Amino acid sequence: MRKLLTSKWTKAVVFLVSSIPFVLLCVGLLRSDLGINPVETLQHTTGDWTLRFLIFTLAITPLRKTFKLPELIRFRRMLGLFAFFYVTLHFITYLGPDQSFNFSGMWDDVAKRKFITVGFAAFVLLIPLALTSTTGWIRRLGGKRWQALHRLIYVCAMLGVIHYYWLVKSDVRKPLIYAFFVGILLLWRVWDAYFRGKGSAPAPVQTGVSAAG
Amino acid sequence: MRIGRKPDLTYEDVTPKDVYVNRRKFLRDIGIAGAAAAVAGEKILSLASPNLTAYATSKLNFVKGPFSTDEKITPINDVTHYNNFYEFGTDKGDPAKNAQNFRTTPWTVSVEGEVKTARKFSMDEILKLAPLEERIYRHRCVERWSIVVPWIGYSLSTILKMFEPTPKAKYVAFQSYYDKDQMPKAKYTGLDYPYVEGLRMDEAMHPLALLCVGMYGETLPNQDGAPVRIIVPWKYGYKSIKSIVKIKFQEKEPPTTWNLTASNEYGFYSNVNPNVDHPRWSQATERRLGEIFTRKTVMFNGYGDQVASLYNGMDLKKYH
Repeated sequence: MRKLLTSKWTKAVVFLVSSIPFVLLCVGLLRSDLGINPVETLQHTTGDWTLRFLIFTLAITPLRKTFKLPELIRFRRMLGLFAFFYVTLHFITYLGPDQSFNFSGMWDDVAKRKFITVGFAAFVLLIPLALTSTTGWIRRLGGKRWQALHRLIYVCAMLGVIHYYWLVKSDVRKPLIYAFFVGILLLWRVWDAYFRGKGSAPAPVQTGVSAAG
Repeated sequence: MRIGRKPDLTYEDVTPKDVYVNRRKFLRDIGIAGAAAAVAGEKILSLASPNLTAYATSKLNFVKGPFSTDEKITPINDVTHYNNFYEFGTDKGDPAKNAQNFRTTPWTVSVEGEVKTARKFSMDEILKLAPLEERIYRHRCVERWSIVVPWIGYSLSTILKMFEPTPKAKYVAFQSYYDKDQMPKAKYTGLDYPYVEGLRMDEAMHPLALLCVGMYGETLPNQDGAPVRIIVPWKYGYKSIKSIVKIKFQEKEPPTTWNLTASNEYGFYSNVNPNVDHPRWSQATERRLGEIFTRKTVMFNGYGDQVASLYNGMDLKKYH
């Protein structure tokens, strides 16, 4: 297991697998095969994958600690960046087809409609996390401050779920499934902080060279 | 009564020996025969009653009716495979998938309430009440997508005028068919069933309001509200109630399903209005299926010349 997790090939495989939803969307787009409302398909699919990758990212630390697999940390940055990649596509599919790239229309929406407000807030909050995801920024900020900043992902995941919950008309089953996973992963952190206290090792911060090894 | 230790009957007494000895083979044979019978049965049923499948609609005779738009008609495949019919699930593709075996024969529509004599109509009677007309209407969903559909039917007023309403009849209420066995997905959709809708009497009597029995030259496919539904083109799509079994004249404003579900989001009138936003999204624009960019939504869905006078002096923000 260790060997598998530390192999450089595993990282490549995770990258390729994480790209599959994007590749499928591109193929669908080229073949005009994205259903009857292709714009909606693009918006919903990229939104779904954003939430999923946020959940994958949030799952790394609980899995790492529970199963004593520190090597899992190698994948956290990539999964987080995929969440940011899909949320960026999600934002573009809204700004383009829905708002015709008209920023004033977008600001109207952001100001007036709470489900857009929270979705947009989650997107904006993810930007500094993506920008400071590099090893250089970890060094510049220092582990503690970097970690504090990156706790913003908890807020982003919650806002993302609320965004979805407020979008649907009456059938809230799917948003509740996401809420369940985000809830479990965040509660685990509360539990972890409360019961393990300071006795537990601080989460390692990924530094490119050592973690990639 | 003495209860014997030894059973009076053995397997030999009820089952021929060659069967119970070869019971595995027997079971297998039964299985094969059963499957064959089921396949044959389905074939026969589908020959006898083509309405068993969602696509098996039959041709209707009709004339060109008034009020038709000359806008591009949405392809039939889009209209039949992207719509809301929550009884069959909440995804836009669910109705096409799950309504295929919906039984629409026999079908009865009951007209009752504040009228001198109530009565029921069979589907045959409904089809023959008046010459069928094709009306090409714009249809605007509250979710901001829109379509252009050649509906077939006649003005709802045709059937309403057959009745002598009492002075108390101020509104018309409609009710959809509901059968939880045929619509097993309904219970997860967050709505209460049967689906109900309603119109003010003058709205229901307006010639644009359509009692609809078909589209694209044929009877309605199951997923689009077979065999008979209402079309109110100047209101959001959910007012155009599907698969109706009851029309009721009444004094009080009828409850409506989406209003019962979220009264702050869905009003009784639900006129298409770009100036009154849904609390969670703007209604200023819509996406016509088949188009990438959105277009501006028009007041009363473009039927203002016909219907605006119904709402003279009304605060359409308050009565949204």
